[in-house]
Amino acid sequence: MDNILKLKYDVDGDDFTRAGEASASVKKTLKKMGVPADIIRKAAIALYEGEINMVIHADGGEIEVDISSNKIIMILKDKGKGIENIELAMQEGYSTAPDEVRSLGFGAGMGLPNMKKYSDEMRIESTLNIGTTVYMTVCIS
Amino acid sequence: MTAIELAKQAGFDIKVEGNGDKRTISGIYCGDLLSMVMGRAKADDAWITVMGNINSVAVGVLADVTCIILAEEITMNEQALQKAADEGVCIIHSHLPTFETAKKIAELAAL
Repeated sequence: MDNILKLKYDVDGDDFTRAGEASASVKKTLKKMGVPADIIRKAAIALYEGEINMVIHADGGEIEVDISSNKIIMILKDKGKGIENIELAMQEGYSTAPDEVRSLGFGAGMGLPNMKKYSDEMRIESTLNIGTTVYMTVCIS
Repeated sequence: MTAIELAKQAGFDIKVEGNGDKRTISGIYCGDLLSMVMGRAKADDAWITVMGNINSVAVGVLADVTCIILAEEITMNEQALQKAADEGVCIIHSHLPTFETAKKIAELAAL
């Protein structure tokens, strides 16, 4: 049976200065484990985009990261307003981010497309006014 | 060419040295939308932007760029500079507009 390292993080809502703590921590952990740099980059970017989405759209949430020898599974769960049309949200350039978020450089409509691009598998479960859970897997080998 | 050598030759202002004396520049990416940068910049690029907040530093770390160059005389705020120092990210200020900054780097680094 493969050993799995489980990491858990709380993401604060509306705090852009702290957003990225989970991805930075996961990046450091993967580096210590000797995971190849290109794999670390994929996982860290996908997770950071997810963290930012939680801050912008859902007033924070919870992240669980399971690392085994051959894959990284990242589960991002929030109790936000949900995604009305996932297909539309997945389109590059589509964004519902408010103007103050855009002025910080976010809200380009590339968050979900980047998460899909950098993960090997991605699944979104979302219910309006209940919340969203995103499952991402990045393969190590 | 390392980021520090390049900044000195170009006459740019080095605000945080970070790992800039160890890492070389193999390309250039210009852009200010952070997700676009994460989606399209390559590792070891010099990233030229006018976005000087703390999130730019986080994006620079994640995208694994060699350095962040603030163009158009834009300066990075103190909180962001501190984070860059903690993370070992090289931060350079350029007095030139974005295009001229990129052009100068391309010439000096023979890209």
